[in-house]
Amino acid sequence: MHVPLDYDTLRVVWWALLGALLVGFAVFDGFDLGTAILLPFLGRTDRERRILINSIGPVWEGNQVWFILGGGASFAAWPPVYAASFSGFYVAMFVTLVALILRPVAFKFRGKVDSSLWRSIWDWALFFGGLAPAVIFGVAFGNLLQGVPFRFDHDLRVVYTGTFFQLLNPFALLCGLVSVSMLIMHGAAYVRTKTLEPIAGRARAAGILASLLTLALFAVGGYYAYLTLDGYAVSSQIAANAPSNPLRKTVEVATGAWMRNYDRYPWSLAAPILGLVGALLTAAMFAFRREKAAFVTSAAAVVGIVATPGLAMFPFIMPSSSEPNASLTAWDASSSHLTLFVMLIAVVIFLPIVLAYTAWVYRVLRGKVPSHIFEPGGHAY
Amino acid sequence: MDVVELSRLQFALTALYHFLFVPLTLGLSVLLAIMESVYVMTGLRVWRDITIFWGILFGINFAMGVATGITMEFQFGTNWSYYSQYVGDVFGAPLAIEGLMAFFLEATFIGLFFFGWDRLSKPGHLAVTWCVALGSNFSALWILVANAWMQNPVGSHFNPDTIRMEVTDFMAVLFNPVAQSKFVHTVAAGYVTGAVFVLAIGAWYLLQGRHRAFARRSMTVAASFGLASALSVVVLGDESGYNTTENQKVKLAAMEGLWRSEPPPAAFTIFGIPDPERRETRFAIQAPWMLGLIATRSLTTVIPGIFELVDDAKARIGHGMEGYAAMRSLGAAEPTAAVRRTIEERQGDLGYALLLRRYTDDPTKATPEQIERAAWDTVPNVPVIFWSFRVMVALGFYFIALFAVMFYVSSRRAFEQRRWLLRLSFWSLPLPWIAAELGWIVAEYGRQPWIIEGVLPTFLAASPIPAGNVWLSLAGFFIFYLALLVVDIFLLVKYVRLGPAESWEIPDLATRQAPPGGVALEEVAPGIAPSAPES
Repeated sequence: MHVPLDYDTLRVVWWALLGALLVGFAVFDGFDLGTAILLPFLGRTDRERRILINSIGPVWEGNQVWFILGGGASFAAWPPVYAASFSGFYVAMFVTLVALILRPVAFKFRGKVDSSLWRSIWDWALFFGGLAPAVIFGVAFGNLLQGVPFRFDHDLRVVYTGTFFQLLNPFALLCGLVSVSMLIMHGAAYVRTKTLEPIAGRARAAGILASLLTLALFAVGGYYAYLTLDGYAVSSQIAANAPSNPLRKTVEVATGAWMRNYDRYPWSLAAPILGLVGALLTAAMFAFRREKAAFVTSAAAVVGIVATPGLAMFPFIMPSSSEPNASLTAWDASSSHLTLFVMLIAVVIFLPIVLAYTAWVYRVLRGKVPSHIFEPGGHAY
Repeated sequence: MDVVELSRLQFALTALYHFLFVPLTLGLSVLLAIMESVYVMTGLRVWRDITIFWGILFGINFAMGVATGITMEFQFGTNWSYYSQYVGDVFGAPLAIEGLMAFFLEATFIGLFFFGWDRLSKPGHLAVTWCVALGSNFSALWILVANAWMQNPVGSHFNPDTIRMEVTDFMAVLFNPVAQSKFVHTVAAGYVTGAVFVLAIGAWYLLQGRHRAFARRSMTVAASFGLASALSVVVLGDESGYNTTENQKVKLAAMEGLWRSEPPPAAFTIFGIPDPERRETRFAIQAPWMLGLIATRSLTTVIPGIFELVDDAKARIGHGMEGYAAMRSLGAAEPTAAVRRTIEERQGDLGYALLLRRYTDDPTKATPEQIERAAWDTVPNVPVIFWSFRVMVALGFYFIALFAVMFYVSSRRAFEQRRWLLRLSFWSLPLPWIAAELGWIVAEYGRQPWIIEGVLPTFLAASPIPAGNVWLSLAGFFIFYLALLVVDIFLLVKYVRLGPAESWEIPDLATRQAPPGGVALEEVAPGIAPSAPES
C-alpha cells in the first residue's frame, strides 16, 4: 500500500497525538480526579457529597477513556514505549489499575445501600482512586525526565534494571506533588462552576490555595531541573526515516540538555509560561469570583504544565539512564510507516465525532447540579 | 512458579473474570435498546419502567465490566512486554481503534442513559440507549479482530530491521475470516446471556407471584430475542469451527481427541476419555461421518490427526532453524542482503524455531530429541479442550431448546401455567456464563503453546520482571476481585429482590406486607419507584 505521508512526518504527528491524548486526559479526566480528591473535604454531609459526586457522575466515564485511549495509542503507535514503561513501572501500574478499577464501582455502588459506613467506604475509595493516579502520573513524568533504567537484549526484549523504590526519588516526588496540586486546582474550578453555596465557597478557598501551590511547585521543579537535571541528546546522525530499532544510535548525557529545545524551538517556551501564567490567573479568577474564567485558565495551566516536559524532551520519549543509547525517541520507537498511517486515518475520522458527541453531552448536562435529582423519582448516584 | 506461569495464571484469571461481565453487557445493552424502542413506539409506561429496572442491573454489571477491562488492556504491557514489542505494530491498532470508535461511544453515553431521563426527549434518550448498545458491540468487534489475529496472524511479516512483526495488509487483519466468525459467535453468546438473565429473573418473579405484568413482558422479549441468538451462536459457532480447521488444525484435533487421521469422512467422537500419556482417546463412542461433514463440509477431505500434525511441526522447526540462524545475528546490526533473503524465505517457520528456546538457548544447534519435544509441545492439553468443547456445545443446544419452548409458551401467554418451566428457566441462570468461559478456554488454552499461532510461543512473550512482582499483583487482584464480586452479587440480588415497583402494580404490591426482600413499599419507593432508579 502506498502511504502518502513521509515516515518522519507521521512520527512527529503521532508524537504530538500521544501528547494530545495525555493533555486531553489531564484536562478532561483531571477535573474529575481532582473532584474525587476533594470529595471528603468539600462535602461534609452525605447530601453535599452526593452533589459533588453527581457533578462528575455523568461525565467521568467518558473522560477516563482519554487515558485508556492513551494506553491503546501508545501500544499501537509506540510499542517499545508501551512495553518498556508498563513493564518497568510494574508495581506503580498495578496501583494505578486498582485505583482505576475502584472508580467505576465506587461511583455506581455508593448510593445503592443506605448506610453511612458503606457510603464512607466508597467516598474514601473515590478519594484514593483520584489521588493515586494523580501522584503516579506525576512521579512517572519525573522519572521520564531523569531517564529510566532499562536496556534491550539482542532480541529487542526490554529489561527494566531498576527497583520500584528507585522511582520514588526527590525530583519525581516533587513532580507528583505538582500533579496533585494541579488536579486539585482543576477539580476545584470545576466544582465551583457546578455547585452552589456552601460547597462552592469551599471549592473557591481550596482552588486559590491549590493554584498558588501549583504555581510555586511548578516553578521550583523547573528551576531544579534547570540547575541539576541531566538531560539527553542524540549524538549520532539522526535518521528520521529509519526503521524503528532503538539500538542504532548513540546518546550523550549532559546537564541542561533538556533546556536546548528552548534555543532550538523558542516557541516551546510557551508551554511553561502557559503553566505559570495559567495557575496565577486561576488564583486571581477564583479571588474575583469569575467561576467560568477560572475553569478556562485552570485548563490552560494544565495544558501548559503537561506539555512542558514533553516538549523539553523531544525527540526523546523515554530515555534510558542505565544505557542511554537504548533510549526511546520519536525516530526509533514508533510503529511501522503503514501502521502509523492507518491509525492516523482512524483518528482523523473518529476523533472529531468523539469530540462532537462529547460536546453534546456536556451541553445537555450544562448548569449547576439540580437538587431535584435527589428527590424520590430523581436520577442520581 | 516462574514469571511466565504466574503471568499466564494472572491473565487467565483476570480475562475469565472480565468475561463474567462482558456477555451480560453485550446482551442487556441490546435488550434495553429493544425494550426502550417498544416504549417509544407504543408510549406505554410499562415499557419505560421495564427499561429503567433492567437498566439498574445493567449499570451494576457495566461498572464491573469497564473496571476489569482496563486490567486487560494494561496487562499486555505490564506482563507481556515482549509480546507488546514483538507484535504491537499489528495488535495495538485494533485495540486503539476500539478505544476511539467504541469505548468512547459507550462510556460517554452511559452517563446520559442514567442521568438523561429528565433532560432528553423520548427519541433523544432512545438514541442514547442505542449508542450504548452500539458502542459495546463495536467494542467486541475490535477486541475480536485483535484476538483473531492471535489465532490466525494474517496480513503481517517479520521485519529483520526492527526484529518484530509488522503490518503489510491492514485490510487482511480487519477482514480476517476468524475475526468475522468469532465476532458473531461471541456477540450472539452475549445476547443469549442477556436473554437468559432476563428470562430467569422474570421466571423468579412469576414463581413468587410478583410484578407479573412486568415479568411476562420482559420474558416475552427475552424468549424471542434469545431464540434468535441461540440459533446464531450454534450456527455461527459451526462457522467458527470451520475456520479452525483452516487455521488451527491442532486445536481441532484436540477438540475432537483425534490422535491419528481417519479415512474421510471422519467420525465425530461423542464421548471419550482422551489420554495424553498413551496418546489415544479411550472408550470412544463415535458418530460416523459427522466430523468430516462438520469440519470440512466434504466427504473426501482428510482431517489430520495429532500425530500427523506433530510430524508437520517437526519439519517446520527444521525450516525455522535455518531462518533463526540468520535472525540471531541481528541486534543493532543492519542485516546483510543474505540474511534478509534467508529470513524472507523462512518467514512462515521462524516461530517454530522459537519453540526450541524452551530447551536450548541456541536453537540452531538443537538435537533431534529437543526437536521432537518441541514438536509435541505444539499439542495443547487434549482432555481439557475435548471436554470444554463438548460441554459448551451441549449447553448451546440446550439454550435453543429452552428458548424454543419458552417462545412457544410466551406466544400462548401461558408462562404461569407451567411452573416447572419457570423453575427450569430460573436454574438456567448460570449456564450461559459456564458456556462462555468454556468457549474461551477452548479458544485460548487450545492455542497454547502459542501466544500468536505459529509466530511467537507464550513462554517467550512474558515481561522479564521479578516473579515477586507478579505474585504481588496476582494476590492483589485475587483478593480485590473476590471482594468486588461479593459486592456485585450482593447488589444485584438486592435490586432483583426489591424488584420494579411500577405504578400499575402498586395495588398488587400494596396488599402484601413486605416483598421477600423484606422492604416495605414505602422504602422501595425512593430508590426504585416508577421511573425512579438510582443508577
